[in-house]
Amino acid sequence: MKVKVLSRNPDDYVRETKLDIQRVPRNYDPSLHPFEVSREYTRALNATKLERVFAKPFLASLDGHRDGVNCLAKHTTNLSTLFSGSCDGEVKVWNLTKRECVRTLQAHEGFVRGMVVRYCGTSFFTVGDDKTIKQWKIEAPAYGEEEEPLNTILGKTVFTGLDHHRKEGVFATCGQQVDVWDEQRSSPIRSFTWGVDSFSAVRFNPVETELLASCASDRSIVLYDMREPAPLKKVIMTMRSNTVCWNPMEAYYFTCSNEDYNLYTYDMRYLDKPITVHMDHVSAVLDLDYSPTGKEFVSASFDKTIRIFPKDGGHSREVYHTKRMQHVICIKWSADNKYILSGSDEMNIRLWKANAAEKLGVLAPRERQAANYSQKLKEKYQHHPQIKRIANHRHLPKIIYHQTREQRVMKEARRKKERNVRKHSRPGTVPVVSEKEKHVVTVVK
Amino acid sequence: MAATSEAVVNPAHVEKTKKAPARYWDEPQEGKDENKVGKDGEQTEETLPQKHVEKAKKRKNDEDRGDAKKFISGKPDPFPGPAHISKDRMQKFKRRDKTKKIPRQHYKLKDMMARSDEVSEMAQKQAARIDLLLPEDAGFLEGDEDEDTCTISQEDISDAVDITSASKYFDLKLSQFGPYRLDYSRTGRHLLLGGRRGHIACIDWQTKQLMCEINVMESINDVKWLHSEAMYAVAQKKWLYIYDSNGIELHCIRKFNDVLRMQFLPYHFLLATVSATSFLQYLDVSVGKEVAAINTKTGRLDVMCQNPQNAIVHLGHSNGTVTLWSPNQKEALVKMLCHQGAVRSVAVDKTGTYMVTSGMDKKLKVYDIRAFKPLKSYFLPAGASCLSLSQRGLLSAATGDIVQVYRDVWSTPVTKPYMAHRVQRTVWGMQFCPFEDVLGVGHGEGFTSMLIPGAGEPNFDGLDSNPYRSVKQRQEWEVKALLEKIHPELITLDPTELGQVDQATFQQKHQDRVQALGFDPLAKEKFIPRYKKKGRSSAGSIERRKRQVANEDLRETVQQSSEDKMKIEKERKEREKKEVLLSSKKSALDRFKK
Repeated sequence: MKVKVLSRNPDDYVRETKLDIQRVPRNYDPSLHPFEVSREYTRALNATKLERVFAKPFLASLDGHRDGVNCLAKHTTNLSTLFSGSCDGEVKVWNLTKRECVRTLQAHEGFVRGMVVRYCGTSFFTVGDDKTIKQWKIEAPAYGEEEEPLNTILGKTVFTGLDHHRKEGVFATCGQQVDVWDEQRSSPIRSFTWGVDSFSAVRFNPVETELLASCASDRSIVLYDMREPAPLKKVIMTMRSNTVCWNPMEAYYFTCSNEDYNLYTYDMRYLDKPITVHMDHVSAVLDLDYSPTGKEFVSASFDKTIRIFPKDGGHSREVYHTKRMQHVICIKWSADNKYILSGSDEMNIRLWKANAAEKLGVLAPRERQAANYSQKLKEKYQHHPQIKRIANHRHLPKIIYHQTREQRVMKEARRKKERNVRKHSRPGTVPVVSEKEKHVVTVVK
Repeated sequence: MAATSEAVVNPAHVEKTKKAPARYWDEPQEGKDENKVGKDGEQTEETLPQKHVEKAKKRKNDEDRGDAKKFISGKPDPFPGPAHISKDRMQKFKRRDKTKKIPRQHYKLKDMMARSDEVSEMAQKQAARIDLLLPEDAGFLEGDEDEDTCTISQEDISDAVDITSASKYFDLKLSQFGPYRLDYSRTGRHLLLGGRRGHIACIDWQTKQLMCEINVMESINDVKWLHSEAMYAVAQKKWLYIYDSNGIELHCIRKFNDVLRMQFLPYHFLLATVSATSFLQYLDVSVGKEVAAINTKTGRLDVMCQNPQNAIVHLGHSNGTVTLWSPNQKEALVKMLCHQGAVRSVAVDKTGTYMVTSGMDKKLKVYDIRAFKPLKSYFLPAGASCLSLSQRGLLSAATGDIVQVYRDVWSTPVTKPYMAHRVQRTVWGMQFCPFEDVLGVGHGEGFTSMLIPGAGEPNFDGLDSNPYRSVKQRQEWEVKALLEKIHPELITLDPTELGQVDQATFQQKHQDRVQALGFDPLAKEKFIPRYKKKGRSSAGSIERRKRQVANEDLRETVQQSSEDKMKIEKERKEREKKEVLLSSKKSALDRFKK
């Protein structure tokens, strides 16, 4: 007779001393782990609920401006410094870690229209309603010294926007025309016009650094190459675009914020149809900024909310609002991809988390692992109705909630009417026009 | 130093056979080196290493690894590439099939699916690899030549095995309050005994430590541990009671009356009970609420078991049917006519594939409950009153006072029991101990713990049920388990259904969308030929261009299938050619062929 009976030595399964960690022998045999899917689903459900519980995106409010905040600028080399310009011509420099203002200067008379930090991070430029471009040192003046710009250029017309080249001492302004300036000269090295009387924004492409995009008041977005004497091409839309922002990772793509409550992502090569239409705002979109990863962007709207959109998603994944925040005029996504900064009408700058439920600070390895695991679970089960419902639910101010519903009803009515028209007319005479095609009037080259 | 260098300079004069040691900067000479190695060894083993090399090379080709990895010493790696994983082991951890080919236009989806396929295959491989490292092997019992294992007595086994295992064979003489029902906790460490006449005892049976012992002064129908060894439920004469491990009454649940049998669903924290009034009731023990009460309308219910794979409760009835129940439906999910007479006992195996039933018609039947088909039918002269299945698929059947254990009842027709043992009086309750080679038998004279080699799963999972867990670990496990308590609504016949695409709903949704939009957004765009100049857009040429793209997908499939056919044909021809070649060796009898 040969016999063997299971006989385990407890020493192999129990820790030796109290200072050791417990032994956990594993056996991954699926028959020892029944209900794999349902348990995972339950975990995903819990993770989704916890995410909503911990979603507290608002971090701080920086107050100090005496008028509405009109523009923001990120420091190019320092994460904790922020520049803000207000409607009374005041520029403030903020330390974000201490959440306090470190420097105040009266830069312009009237609005500060645009502000940008030089790529090296040693100086910054401002433009204002007083038709001047001023260059300032980043460091505060020493004791007894006067606050004076390094350089002042007096222009002929009002400037409305400003952006700096990524690598060279060249910057661009817009106003009645788009000007490209050399830092060493007091007159523009290049001026672009295309039968338009004013531009609202101009942006350098961060990848293909010689390219520029600008929003004109004739509802068009115009593209330029700095090396060429004439603009490249423009697309005319049904409504005016307020600002434009290039995707920092994909050189061809840019997104514009439009007066018709939507944002449009275009491929620079094919302007006849936007790649994506981002809908959700219920009022004009005033500003947007891409995250440094190029996967998402944040938009600020006249409807007093901030929304975060995935770059290829038609609807926002997140909406931020507070009772006290009024029309959001300018917005920036911090260079470490963790924070969002918004400047609004009621003189405050607000600091938000880019990921509402994220835990700030250093994570222990196990904590990080758990977070990653629950993130993956949420992704895996995101289409299950119960989980989708919880993950997508956002509390909205009453007005916006009702406006959203109203918009939906209006859109449905329009679609219904169009459908009826199509039904009762000769086949082919009323074609189906997709949402993307609807908003583009024409492309001019 | 000088001496050694000299030795290097003129080695040939001293010993002819000596060779300079191989260095990594020397040019490696694969074939020659190997031959040398072979000759250095014993002559008889010469062929062996070469075979090895050939095998290794073959595997290298299989795995498609680039050039053979070489050690610094210049020797080739005898086992290049990742180690081979056997097919059945891979099959064991298979969660899903590879995704079918995705149409080219869904390029993003295709990319995503490819990546997820890759990840799941990697997980499968890793799990299969780790399987090799499991520390314990299952027990076994083999008789000598023409010795039946069923004739080997428990005393012989306990004499043959080590002291700790031998101490697992014992008898508890409790003749006063019997017969006894019993239940092992999920880790297999704790034993709960409930005597018909009111006696309850909790024992840490391996150390033989008594945790508590009480007499409820009422008849007891069944006892069951709840999720941990801290609490247990007792079905008494009238109500259902819950006690803690010190024997203190925690709850008396008056909603559950005349309970005869109980089952605990550990992942749902549900206690399922059946009563003499033909009610099947579910109690959520984590919140203390009744989840469902189902009137089965089939009379007194005293045969019950659960399917551990999908938490469906199986009930046996006096008319020979077995019914399957979930808390979400007032009617039985399935009704199976299994026996001519009443059903006496039901058991379902760990994988949820097989159900074993025994009835008053003295038959023992095995069913495949995925297909609801009978597999085997056995005739037991006395009929089995109690059935129990072990983790590794051993079946114990009690006929009167004899306990018989069978092996492989579903795959091969069984003629003889694997083991047999006679207890003092009629068996009343029986259960295999999880993760141990032990069968506990409750009978009229008390309790017997038997050694059944090969019954228990040798390797437990520490995060699921750990027999050696400390109090702290148990508490932590309890919190985790409560957090991932499965909602009772998710109990279905197929527990993987939740992870599959809900096709019906998808189609419905798509239909609604088409209705709302007025057109089908997923429909293929109709091909409109581009207008070409220089008279190339004549009606004829437009028609021709249209015809070029018409039925493109259909054409693709046809092409694919024809290619496949060609391939098969080619293979067949080659095989035939080979056969011809093989058979072309002329034999002496070929000259008689015409």
